[in-house]
Amino acid sequence: MSELALPKIDNSILNRKIEIVKNLSKLTHKENVLSEADELRPYETDALSVYTQTPLAVVLPENTDEVSEILKYCHSENIKVVPRGAGTGLSGGALPLQDAILLGLGKFNKILEIDYENKCVVTQPGVTNLGITHAVQHKGFYYAPDPSSQLACSIGGNVAENSGGVHSLKYGTTTNNILGVQMVMMDGTICRFGGKSFDQEGYDLMGLICGSEGLLGVVTEVTVKILKTPEVVRAALIGFPSIKEGGDAASEIISSGIVPAGMEIMDKALIEATDNFSKAGYPRDAELLLIVELDGTKSEVNELIRKVEAICKKNNCSSLKLSNSEKERLSFWAGRKAAFPACGAMAPDYYCMDGSIPRGKLAEALLEIKKLSEKYELPVANCFHAGDGNLHPLIMFDGNDKEQLRKTEEFGSEILKTCVRLGGVITGEHGVGIEKRELMCEMFNDNDIQQQLSIKKSLDEKNLLNPGKVYPILRKCAEEGRVHVHKNKDKFPDLPRF
Amino acid sequence: MSTKIKINSQIFQDSNNVYYPKDEVEVSDLIRELYKKDSPTEIIGNNSKSFIGNKTQSANTTSLSKISGIIDYRPEELYIKVKACTPINEIEKVLSENSQELAFEPIDFGYIKDGKSNKGTIAGYLSCNYAGSRRFKVGSVRDHVLGFKGVNGKGDIIKSGGTVVKNVTGYDLSKLIAGSFGTLVALTEITLKVLPKKDSSKTVAIYPNNFEQIYDLFNKLSSSSSEISGAVFIPEQSNDKDFSGKRNTVFKFNDLKSNVSFVAFRVEGDKISIEEKINNLKKELKLNNSDISTLDVYQSEPFWEKINNLEVFEKTNHNLIRMVIPPANGSKLCKYLENNHNYFIDWCGSLFWIEVNSKKEEKIKDLKKMANDFGGYLTVIKTSSEYDYGEPIFTVDKVRLMISEKVKQSFDPKRILNPGKMYRGV
Repeated sequence: MSELALPKIDNSILNRKIEIVKNLSKLTHKENVLSEADELRPYETDALSVYTQTPLAVVLPENTDEVSEILKYCHSENIKVVPRGAGTGLSGGALPLQDAILLGLGKFNKILEIDYENKCVVTQPGVTNLGITHAVQHKGFYYAPDPSSQLACSIGGNVAENSGGVHSLKYGTTTNNILGVQMVMMDGTICRFGGKSFDQEGYDLMGLICGSEGLLGVVTEVTVKILKTPEVVRAALIGFPSIKEGGDAASEIISSGIVPAGMEIMDKALIEATDNFSKAGYPRDAELLLIVELDGTKSEVNELIRKVEAICKKNNCSSLKLSNSEKERLSFWAGRKAAFPACGAMAPDYYCMDGSIPRGKLAEALLEIKKLSEKYELPVANCFHAGDGNLHPLIMFDGNDKEQLRKTEEFGSEILKTCVRLGGVITGEHGVGIEKRELMCEMFNDNDIQQQLSIKKSLDEKNLLNPGKVYPILRKCAEEGRVHVHKNKDKFPDLPRF
Repeated sequence: MSTKIKINSQIFQDSNNVYYPKDEVEVSDLIRELYKKDSPTEIIGNNSKSFIGNKTQSANTTSLSKISGIIDYRPEELYIKVKACTPINEIEKVLSENSQELAFEPIDFGYIKDGKSNKGTIAGYLSCNYAGSRRFKVGSVRDHVLGFKGVNGKGDIIKSGGTVVKNVTGYDLSKLIAGSFGTLVALTEITLKVLPKKDSSKTVAIYPNNFEQIYDLFNKLSSSSSEISGAVFIPEQSNDKDFSGKRNTVFKFNDLKSNVSFVAFRVEGDKISIEEKINNLKKELKLNNSDISTLDVYQSEPFWEKINNLEVFEKTNHNLIRMVIPPANGSKLCKYLENNHNYFIDWCGSLFWIEVNSKKEEKIKDLKKMANDFGGYLTVIKTSSEYDYGEPIFTVDKVRLMISEKVKQSFDPKRILNPGKMYRGV
């Protein structure tokens, strides 16, 4: 997309590449250090693939001690480090830097312990989200957060982004579902926060690490909570003749005291796109589709379904279908889960946004997005985690057309600003990364950002761990008049800016 | 001469030299002034939990009690935004009118303090992060905070989070503030997630014969698809007449055998599903009707209130310890505690409340070692008058202390806010 400002390149590091690679090779197996151009190419982007950058080298350590030694070395030599799990992040949080090593955690792919008595699994960070559920489901347990990329995304990456999923209203996001982490700080210090017991006392450092986008430490082990699979899970597929009626029904379900396991909304554009793509049998005449999933014991679910049905009928739903088997329930979800590829089939490229808004503002947000779509002459389809207010507009464009690229970026930025104006935030679950860095000033003032930067500085004094991500590069914010700069002197001259 | 430093502001100050700022700007002005003068302050709310933690070494006291009131309550959005020192009772009352609640079940520490109910303020709650019986199911206080506003140790007003549940915009400072005992920011505004109140509840009591059976029950209860929302073990302590007398009075219910050890679990929901879950659990736990007692909603609700008021330890003069461990180690701890200390177990086997009736801090040291060995931690919630603080009242290891010092430094470089409340140097 547009030119991206990244931290100033340290040429002395580039010039020392051969020596650095040689030294890194002493800290792990030689074959775990990649430095040739053809070896580096697969690592040059994460899932925000419009940005690419070749790293100085890729290092794939095999255990925590190696991670510690590598970070200690980089710390003493002032070499920047970008950590990466599975590389499925959508905000460019794991984008390499030219003068940084990319620390891949792909070899940390083992589940270390399954502890049914304490209802937890101790795992290495490279294990996939779904891999954890697969390991315990034969005993009737599962790991609750389920981001749509759960087949591929790693649990370490989930910790970095505090990933959620369709079930996060009822079951919470990653931060509510982990008990402990082992982490290595930039200076090589190995630390442990939490364990198998609830709520470690003192500062909740695990809570701080969760969602910190790889800026504060490299997670090398995670202890997650596992839950018992509910006895009954059923879903309802409900069509509405207008955005307003569907949005109102979703709000009423929540305010009536029901906490659905999942509640998703799709607009007309997406209903058509996904139905063409996955033949999910969605009501094509509907302006808005609501999928509600309810779980619990048999009579509990029946009672909830009765209530949901009544609310939807009251709000003039045009169709209502209940799942009568597990197969049918999964078919209801098939279309929703194919939303992204379906958009991919409709245009050469699509750009997925990720804002959160108060649930009640859905109709307002969708109408605003529709107006913006006309203004920028770019089609958009919307899906919405109605349970927790997380909105994912998918803008369709042609990446080869530079003008369309520029317009897409502006369109996306306006959507996120709309979310903030409606009382929401610029990212619900994809993270800030590099993508939404400059929009941080929409949400936070100078004091708020300085406080966060002070924390970063206290744990990574030299600003070597994943620099250039999450926090605005001062120049841009200053140009937009949001950070107070007086006579070229900023307010806290002792703080690094990244 | 008094060590007090005159603050150059109009902020109300009472005869005990306690400052009462009435909004966030006044808090900011006050702390900025104290920062300039290098003069630390104790931060208090309604003083209901100020006995927890170390005594702060500070020349000033700042009470945030005037920063109170509901700012914005949106039942349909499941959040409530309040000024930081809004009393818990006031919040619970307005939520209850809309059939909602704070799902983490705030503990009422007033009973152990002086025998009177005093739930204190939401800021106090967040600063301690001590959730009640439902914790193992719904999470702790920290899991229900969506955002906050407050003043750091330099006097800057800062905020984090928002009103929505899904939010990864910047570091999640709300988590860091939870359990920080006022050492990072003076809170001025808090946004909480609220949840619908369940229609009804029932509690089932079982009378086990040995510790293995207790933990077998806890394990089966937490492994069931028929979700429970509370599980405690109340032991019979025949060697301590005072305690057993108290215990028998507190848990005197028509349908409960209160003079023997019992495990009690709670099921919540609509009436039909409560019956269904209890029937499922009876099968899974292999219970006959003759082995159990069932408390209806009129007994069940006060029962859990008594648990969450820590009423068996009402007005205790001894040391009261809160220990959290992974449940698999619970039966070992039970064996150690039997006839040694008065205690009860909450959170389906994870949380132990232990009264240490001893002038010697050695006993606490022993318990702390056990907590560490079991992969947990302990906090001395209330200290006896003889406690000399030779044994720190919190559990922390060297690395976490080092990081805590760095985090403290980033919020409060001159250690103005509640210095030493948690650890020396923080």
